[in-house]
Amino acid sequence: MIRRYLQSREAILSAAILVLIAVIALRFPAFITPANLANVFNDTSPLMILAIGQMIVILTKCIDLSVAANLALTGMVVSLLNIAAPDLPLAVTLLVAVSLGAVLGMFNGILVWKLNIPPIVVTLGTMTIYRGIIFLISKGKWVNAHEMSAPFKALPRHVFLGFPVLSWIALAVILIAIVVMTRTTLGRAFYAVGGNPHAAVYTGLNVGRTQFWAFTISGALAGLTGYLWVSRYAVAYVDIAGGFELDVVAACVIGGISIAGGVGTVGGAVLGALFLGVIKNALPVINISPFWQLAISGAAILIAVVLNSRANRTRGRIILKQTEPVA
Amino acid sequence: MSSTDRYIPDRLQSPLQRRLKSWETLLLAVAVAIFTFNAFASPYFLNAWNLSDATFNFTEKAMIAFAMALLIIAGEIDLSVASIVALASTAMGAAAQVGASPATLVMIGLTVGVICGAFNGLLVTAMGLPSIVVTIGTMSLFRGISYIVLGDTSYGGYPAGFKFFGQGYVWWVFSFELALFAVLAILFGVLLHLTNFGRAVYAVGNNPVAALFSGIRVNRVKFILFLLTGLMAGVASVCLTSRLGSTRPSIGFGMELEVVTMVVLGGVNILGGSGTIPGVVIAAFVMGLVTFGLGLLNVPGIVMSILIGALLIGVIALPRLWGMWRG
Repeated sequence: MIRRYLQSREAILSAAILVLIAVIALRFPAFITPANLANVFNDTSPLMILAIGQMIVILTKCIDLSVAANLALTGMVVSLLNIAAPDLPLAVTLLVAVSLGAVLGMFNGILVWKLNIPPIVVTLGTMTIYRGIIFLISKGKWVNAHEMSAPFKALPRHVFLGFPVLSWIALAVILIAIVVMTRTTLGRAFYAVGGNPHAAVYTGLNVGRTQFWAFTISGALAGLTGYLWVSRYAVAYVDIAGGFELDVVAACVIGGISIAGGVGTVGGAVLGALFLGVIKNALPVINISPFWQLAISGAAILIAVVLNSRANRTRGRIILKQTEPVA
Repeated sequence: MSSTDRYIPDRLQSPLQRRLKSWETLLLAVAVAIFTFNAFASPYFLNAWNLSDATFNFTEKAMIAFAMALLIIAGEIDLSVASIVALASTAMGAAAQVGASPATLVMIGLTVGVICGAFNGLLVTAMGLPSIVVTIGTMSLFRGISYIVLGDTSYGGYPAGFKFFGQGYVWWVFSFELALFAVLAILFGVLLHLTNFGRAVYAVGNNPVAALFSGIRVNRVKFILFLLTGLMAGVASVCLTSRLGSTRPSIGFGMELEVVTMVVLGGVNILGGSGTIPGVVIAAFVMGLVTFGLGLLNVPGIVMSILIGALLIGVIALPRLWGMWRG
């Protein structure tokens, strides 16, 4: 059991992250102060939340490239809502964000489920459509900090039991995702549908509908992140989180989620996101230009996918041991 | 039910009937309709020079789309093309700073394209990795290298002779780019439809295993197609860089989306196995006419991208909706 864990993807990735942190700490001890590590976790929270949604989608053999556009659109809608009705309770804002995100995800899901359109085509298309809609509803203008109400901006930064609410939300999403993915029929269905769609049909699962729910969850999490993003950075405009979908997919690939579907864990996705988060936060500390980040995450994706394919190469299982020659 | 079902009819339709009902005919009708609509909607549309300018909207993307069409027919995809354009442009820019001649610049641009294509091809064929993950990785990596080199600066100062590739005219209103587009369209059309290699491309896309057993070197065909796609991205980079006269790391950002849209709009099956070059050529004109016509009507670029996204989903969704409604 312990041995199996030590050889697992998560253990290797955790080790890689610890080594990375240790190397950085050798030159810059300040990096490993608890306050800074908590800060790195907090900074990576949006990526972790989105990576969990993306993981579920990838498990079902799909991909969701529209998450960043979904995030930006939801963020813009709640910001405009906040301008229009500054006294709206935060619970309502959160509800609007999550439901709007879910609806945008459902749109992807319906196209994949009912019309059988390849997910990459659907989400490439909705990615540009959602971005375009932001421009239409905002008329290309920014929503700036002074236009947002104080409570709207304060929530993700509000400190509760020593950690910002943003971190707590990420933690809650992680815990709920672990329970759903390992302890519920829906969670197991995601694995079954991606692992072997034909077998899934014979066990009574509707492949398309399961993929639809995967897109819905991914969308809902993107919507939640949309509110957190605009309130944390206190700004909303057309291009926020531009290209972030690639980071999200990168986190999943690094976390050992197989693009062929059916393989991956919540822990893997979270660690993959943290790996990228540590790199991103370390670059300015060790005085490397932030322009390096894109190339590094690209290289990380390639290395991870090569390693994954090596690890998954099955050597063939011996079912019956060869009989000992009788002496 | 699923899109992978293939029906073999008892009797084939007559060639004329088949041609009339083909995707290309439908697309051509759409192109004519848009052209007519534009001619009535804007008084500036029917002007030889304006129309000539309009071709720049699609020539560079179409050059990549020809190679991408072959790649997608063979069942693979390359999402890194826009990043290859950026990297090739950066290399040319760096060479221009030390006084390289136009011929050298072109060679450098093409070589970088081929190298990038070879890199993608090697990862996909030699290591057996899924092309979508590999090229999402190299998409970050290639553009990331441009960002490392350029940061927030840009390259300019290209030699005067270099301008010809993007700004020169062969005869009257026919630009060099348009002429190159026409030549490449014919070359790729011949390659796909009249050569053994072209048949091999279809075979690989329809059933790689059967293709392998019938003596086609599947991996070599795929590798060559990645090389070709890289080369065409290099060609497009030469044209685009020459036309803009400067290189920033964000050059050609999001181009891959439009290239894939063009290919899918042209009737190429995103799952591989079918598609034609004439279809892609007409799709290029459709997209060029739409963006140019809307531009004349003062529609902002981002709103056009909504339309492109909707077009991408719509062209696949509508026939299926039609089939469901009739079926």
